[in-house]
Amino acid sequence: MLTAIIALGVLSAVIGLILGYAAIRFHVDSDPVVDQVDALLPQTQCGQCTYAGCRPYAEAIAAGEADINQCPPGGEVTIQNLANLLGVDPKPLNPEHGQHKEKTVVRIDEQVCIGCTLCIQACPVDAILGAPKHMHTVITSECTGCNLCIPPCPVECIHIVPVKTTLRDWSWPLPAESAHG
Amino acid sequence: MAEAQRAPLDLSFTQRFHFHGGLRLEVCPEVAAARPVRHAGIPARLILPLSQHIGEPARCLVTVGERVLHGQCIAEAVGKVSAPVHASSSGTVIAIEPRPVPHPSGLPALCVVIETDGVDQALGDSTAIPDFRQLEPENLLEQLRAAGIVGLGGAGFPTAVKLEHKQPIELLLINGVECEPCIACDDGLMRERAVDVIEGVRILRHIVQPAACVIAVEDNMPEAEQALRDALQQLDEQDIRVVNVPAIYPTGGERQLIRVLTGREVPSQGFPADIGIVVQNVGTAAAACAAVSRAEPLCSRIVTVTGDGVRSSCNLEVLIGTPVRHLIEAAGGYADRIERLLIGGPMMGYTVNTDEVPVIKTTNCVLAVTARSMPAPPPPQPCIRCGKCTEVCPAELLPQQLYWYTRAASYDAAQEFGLFDCIECGCCAHVCPSHIPLVQYYRHAKTEIWSQEKQKRAADIARTRHEARLARLQRIKQERAEQLAKKKRAVTGKDAGDAARQAAIQAALERVRQKKEQSGTTPRNTDNLTPDQLRQIEEADRRRRNRSTHGDDT
Repeated sequence: MLTAIIALGVLSAVIGLILGYAAIRFHVDSDPVVDQVDALLPQTQCGQCTYAGCRPYAEAIAAGEADINQCPPGGEVTIQNLANLLGVDPKPLNPEHGQHKEKTVVRIDEQVCIGCTLCIQACPVDAILGAPKHMHTVITSECTGCNLCIPPCPVECIHIVPVKTTLRDWSWPLPAESAHG
Repeated sequence: MAEAQRAPLDLSFTQRFHFHGGLRLEVCPEVAAARPVRHAGIPARLILPLSQHIGEPARCLVTVGERVLHGQCIAEAVGKVSAPVHASSSGTVIAIEPRPVPHPSGLPALCVVIETDGVDQALGDSTAIPDFRQLEPENLLEQLRAAGIVGLGGAGFPTAVKLEHKQPIELLLINGVECEPCIACDDGLMRERAVDVIEGVRILRHIVQPAACVIAVEDNMPEAEQALRDALQQLDEQDIRVVNVPAIYPTGGERQLIRVLTGREVPSQGFPADIGIVVQNVGTAAAACAAVSRAEPLCSRIVTVTGDGVRSSCNLEVLIGTPVRHLIEAAGGYADRIERLLIGGPMMGYTVNTDEVPVIKTTNCVLAVTARSMPAPPPPQPCIRCGKCTEVCPAELLPQQLYWYTRAASYDAAQEFGLFDCIECGCCAHVCPSHIPLVQYYRHAKTEIWSQEKQKRAADIARTRHEARLARLQRIKQERAEQLAKKKRAVTGKDAGDAARQAAIQAALERVRQKKEQSGTTPRNTDNLTPDQLRQIEEADRRRRNRSTHGDDT
């Protein structure tokens, strides 16, 4: 009896020590779920999900405060990926947050721009270049298409332009399915 | 694959191995007549796309209105995996604009359009090297790169990049097997220009330095084989062997040809160089010969024009950039109302919507078909899981599994089942009893995976930029706060305590007040007033008094 108690006691103490050590040794600072969710979001930083960016939305999803269908730029693909990651059922995009659209970028009409820097302050990814009272321009390759720069512009010189498909990013269409498909 | 595990190559090449599956396809009846190579002539306009190869598109070097000469470089390579473009005849640049190009998307791409003058004046500064053995392999590679040579077998990978390898190479394999039935451009080349081919092979061999060198042809092209043997004799070349392989589609595929001749398997997602083999097309060898021995950049190639939609099938030597319509005219024009115009063969070719598209470096065949020979495919029926596709797949994949995963957009699963090992040969779709366009599903999945990866990379960049911005804003905020605190400390801080300071401020305020009192309390602007103004002041005072008494009441 006593041997059993001592044996089990020693065993649990040893295991406890190992677990305690592992908890310190392999400690992860950030919540891995937040990182995983964040990795699936399109990083547009548009705020259409009502959060201040993709990471805050990822934190809200991880905390169970936000639903997975609030990201219009990600659309169905993102919802499906989030559903797979979190083991929940995918649901259609919540129309309150907007419609999924093809990716666009913005362009500044350089003749009209007065150099007020308001759009530079609004851009979440620093994709607008310019200085006070000097013409601004959008670095198209870095623009995420969040359109956050459009409302602050006092002279309405920022326009949305679609991203043209080129030979290099063209995708073969999925063959049309027959009725029996 | 470890070097030690590999069995040494049987250099006699007497044994033929088999790759899994494949099909014995009928050779198109028209192709027999296509053998002699004719020159298609100089078209009125040449349309030269800046991207005729795998890799970065070339950067244009000419302007509209500029006169260019035959062989002049009109667009330079950008980065390593890229190739320059040369004017294939002399003339004037009349436009640099997006034009339809031979591509399954039908999208236009940037092209240089040259109006030819018919003189075909060549660029003077020739750097022809009569004996390539005097040059180091690196210099020869540079020569091939500058000549804009890319794989002429179909993929268009820059040849110089493919020839640079770190592993020692045992075998240089020259691919003279046609990609598909109906195509006879390599056959025509070997029959008529065998000496060029052999000379080119020697140049490639000098660069690669392999232990052995073999030219493979199909067993149904005895004339080509004989021509090559004659050329070997003529050049007194002992170390290049010519072997034939059975004409089973798709033996022309790089991996399949290696399998048939050596029994070796190129690793999944790997390259032939990983197992000590380099494969080059016979057309590429001939182009290398022209580039080195005659200093001619890649300006023309042989194209088979065939199908029952043209009057007389033929092999044409065509200037790069020649519109397809010009080729059709050289082949006697359309025979009938054509159903489809394909670039490439019947198995892997793709439809183009217009015969305005130009011939580019990788165009090996133009196929014009009528509804008679290639009727529209019947509507696809459900997959019955018969497994015929699996039997014929030369890459030993499970086509029906790939099909199901692609349809369900389960791209990860499709990749696990070897989607990227699919060579898109079309055997599976050819035998499918349900007429499912299987290859198009795989092509869709591949391009979709690439596009998702691209989006992911863009998202990662956007995340980094956003985080950098947040960090910067945070830093600025902190710096401002620190500066403010510092200023505050400068004003307050250091000497005496708060109470003493307050007392000093109070004393100062007191001094000011006293000074004001001493200087008199009467406002200056009440002197010398008119009686009217005095009355107004009195009225105002009365009102104020009234209000205050009224206010007291309440």
